[in-house]
Amino acid sequence: MTTPLLKVRGLKIGATVYPPGEKPHDIEIVHGVDFDVEPGKVLGLIGESGAGKSTIGLATMAYGRGGVTLTGGTVEVNGRDVRQAPLKDIRNLRGAEVTYVSQSAAASFNPAKQIMEQVIEAAVGQGKFTKQEAQKRAVELFTKLGLPDPDTIGNRYPHQVSGGQLQRCMTALALCPEPDLVVFDEPTTALDVTTQIDVLKAIKDAIRDTGVAALYITHDLAVVAQVSDHIMVLRMGQMVEYGTTDQIINNPQEEYTQALVSVRSIEHAEKQPTEPVLRVKNITARYKGTNFDVLHDVSVDISPGQTLAVVGESGSGKSTLARVITGLLPPRDGKITFAGRTLTPDQPSRSLEDLRELQMIYQMADTAMNPRQTVGTIIGRPLEFYFGLKGAEKQKRIQELLDEIELGTGFQDRYPAELSGGQKQRVCIARALAAKPKLIICDEVTSALDPLVADGILKLLLNLQKIEDVAYLFITHDLATVKAISDSIAVMYQGRVQRYGTKSEVLTPPYDDYTDLLLSSVPEMKLGWLEDVIANRKMESAGN
Amino acid sequence: MHPILILVLQRLGLGLLLLLAASALIFGLTEILPGDAAQAILGQAATEENLANLRAEMGLDRPAITRYFEWLGGILTGDMGTALTNKLPIGDQIARRMSSTLFLAFWAAIISVPLAILLGLIAVRYQNRWPDKLISGITLASISLPEFMIAYILVFFFAVKLFWAPSFASVSPGMPLLDQLHAISLPVAVLTMVVLAHMMRMTRAAILNVMQSAYIETAELKGLTTFKVIYRHAFPNAIAPIVNVVMINLAYLVVGVVVVEVVFAYPGMGQYLVDAVVKRDVPVVLACGVIFAAVYILLNIVADVVSILANPRLRHPK
Repeated sequence: MTTPLLKVRGLKIGATVYPPGEKPHDIEIVHGVDFDVEPGKVLGLIGESGAGKSTIGLATMAYGRGGVTLTGGTVEVNGRDVRQAPLKDIRNLRGAEVTYVSQSAAASFNPAKQIMEQVIEAAVGQGKFTKQEAQKRAVELFTKLGLPDPDTIGNRYPHQVSGGQLQRCMTALALCPEPDLVVFDEPTTALDVTTQIDVLKAIKDAIRDTGVAALYITHDLAVVAQVSDHIMVLRMGQMVEYGTTDQIINNPQEEYTQALVSVRSIEHAEKQPTEPVLRVKNITARYKGTNFDVLHDVSVDISPGQTLAVVGESGSGKSTLARVITGLLPPRDGKITFAGRTLTPDQPSRSLEDLRELQMIYQMADTAMNPRQTVGTIIGRPLEFYFGLKGAEKQKRIQELLDEIELGTGFQDRYPAELSGGQKQRVCIARALAAKPKLIICDEVTSALDPLVADGILKLLLNLQKIEDVAYLFITHDLATVKAISDSIAVMYQGRVQRYGTKSEVLTPPYDDYTDLLLSSVPEMKLGWLEDVIANRKMESAGN
Repeated sequence: MHPILILVLQRLGLGLLLLLAASALIFGLTEILPGDAAQAILGQAATEENLANLRAEMGLDRPAITRYFEWLGGILTGDMGTALTNKLPIGDQIARRMSSTLFLAFWAAIISVPLAILLGLIAVRYQNRWPDKLISGITLASISLPEFMIAYILVFFFAVKLFWAPSFASVSPGMPLLDQLHAISLPVAVLTMVVLAHMMRMTRAAILNVMQSAYIETAELKGLTTFKVIYRHAFPNAIAPIVNVVMINLAYLVVGVVVVEVVFAYPGMGQYLVDAVVKRDVPVVLACGVIFAAVYILLNIVADVVSILANPRLRHPK
């Protein structure tokens, strides 16, 4: 047996919290975790947000975000406990023995400096290489990671390359000093699905070719299954299960792991289209001050009580379509009919009835609510505004809505800050429902949520659709969600509807090249999936 | 054309427009003051007839618009007019006074700007620890005291008690540089203390703001020392706000020196303006006003341009 490169025993991590209206106090966020990483091996850390994955990852570099500190146990890197090491030794370890790849390369690169300078900074600063050696190595890594123009891309500034490219640059930054261990913290989560797959492959090859060990942190079990040798499942700062990738994916022992593996198990029978409630006809739109159209001749229908999923990558025009339908962006051409009436192009000229029957739920429930208003006030506002409800009648209706979103009593007087992410999104759903709409536009409503929580929200939405007979226009980039809830699907690409029809029509081959790329890029919880997909692709992804 | 060049030219054009507006405003304000140059020359006892004669002689009876454009045309061709009191050309006077003021402002800036930024960096490095609190405390105290107060305190200790520096900052053209610097040491010290706090606090705030960014975490995880993180990664991204506050303070060093120049009897623009106001020498007041406005506008344009240049997205478009 080889000696572990990283040996973590009984790791406890604490933080000081400052809750509003209370005295600051210390809490423990990781409660004694043990694991080893052997040289050249990849350990996947998986769990929902708040599980302590990133905190554990950063602990290997003796780093704590905000007021986070290591409070107990040992973290041995190459046989030395970083928790007890003096600051000078820790500096020598960071950027030399252990390096870090963050979720958002766009935020993690200094906008004022050229990429090359940042990629070689640690390697040169730690005395591992001279400047020339480091630059040569960086160019080799750029080549290995499949970046275009590897010889000159380092001279560019971060804003001059795409998100997927920058994430590869970040990987080069981490590998440049020839570290023993790289901590990958959700490196592909912020990327489009078709870009993610290429970056994932690049990272996987780079790990294999350089023989570096890695901690791969993600909430997406299907992603981690492609790159890691072992997987540790974490929940609320504790280990749930640990095993080989094969065992965790194919034979999970713990109930929680089983739930993670089988997530998105929603069954939804597709309904046949009827006389549409919303009819979008030949819409062409562009933003003010630009000279190109972001939507080209878009036409879709939504039947009452059904769900149309609009799917595509960032920049495909999904959200712009929502802005056009709600009247925030008057189109240049085309017509929208809603509940038998023609909608005026701009929102201010629409009738109260139009406004009421067309509601919206947003991706960030956090920013869609006034933090100084209670849940009761937030849900009560549309009741007053559209129906003139007051006093006891309004309270009764608020309670009914809270029951519908499965929150129950006691939530009326809470503020948004006192709710979890899933609960916040439920309140936003209740606010939309309060208007008794015919159609709700859901813009990436589950994207910011953990898989299990997102699942709960989707189930709730489907349930409410049955009760209230409300139609959804569901904007998402997540194909698993689309498959779970839609009746019909519109695939958007570069401002055009690429493929449109009922769910079964759209998801039945033969596909056009783009739909094929999109569908095949969704990570599957299957070992060896990544290699199969890359080998069988017909089209390069656009985000590279 | 490079987008930066367009932005810079736009700023310059706007600056000229602003200066034009400022000149009209200054002229208008002196017009609505009670009395005019003729009244000032002849005094309160003058008869209406004498006043009318003098006005006709000086051209003051013509409409204000005509006189404004005449005056503006003069300024544009380098003719600032003649002082009422001593009949000397204002342009020559201002050139001499301005160079004195700039000399004082230059040395105050040379000391205060690097010192403020360095103190700001130290305050960030030791945020909320004693060096930070000490720096903030001292600079706040110095900004809170009125400048004439600081000036007299310094004069009392360093000129009256210790004889280290003269209390009158008299500088003559033939003096060796070291003697000149010795002469202006106290006013420079006062000006430095006045502008230091503002620049230091802004530097501290701007860098602390940048320190929240994710790329600072990246830098820390490269094993860099805190000071390297601050000056290599945080400072370049905090340049725009810092330059803005530096420029406002430089403008203050030129325009706001009135009190300090008077206290130390220093023959600069401030002293000249105060004399002119006392003697109701309207053409001089006008000229000084326009010069001060030009300095403010110019330095603000410089701040704008540096902010533009500091933005890599504008410097290196896609």
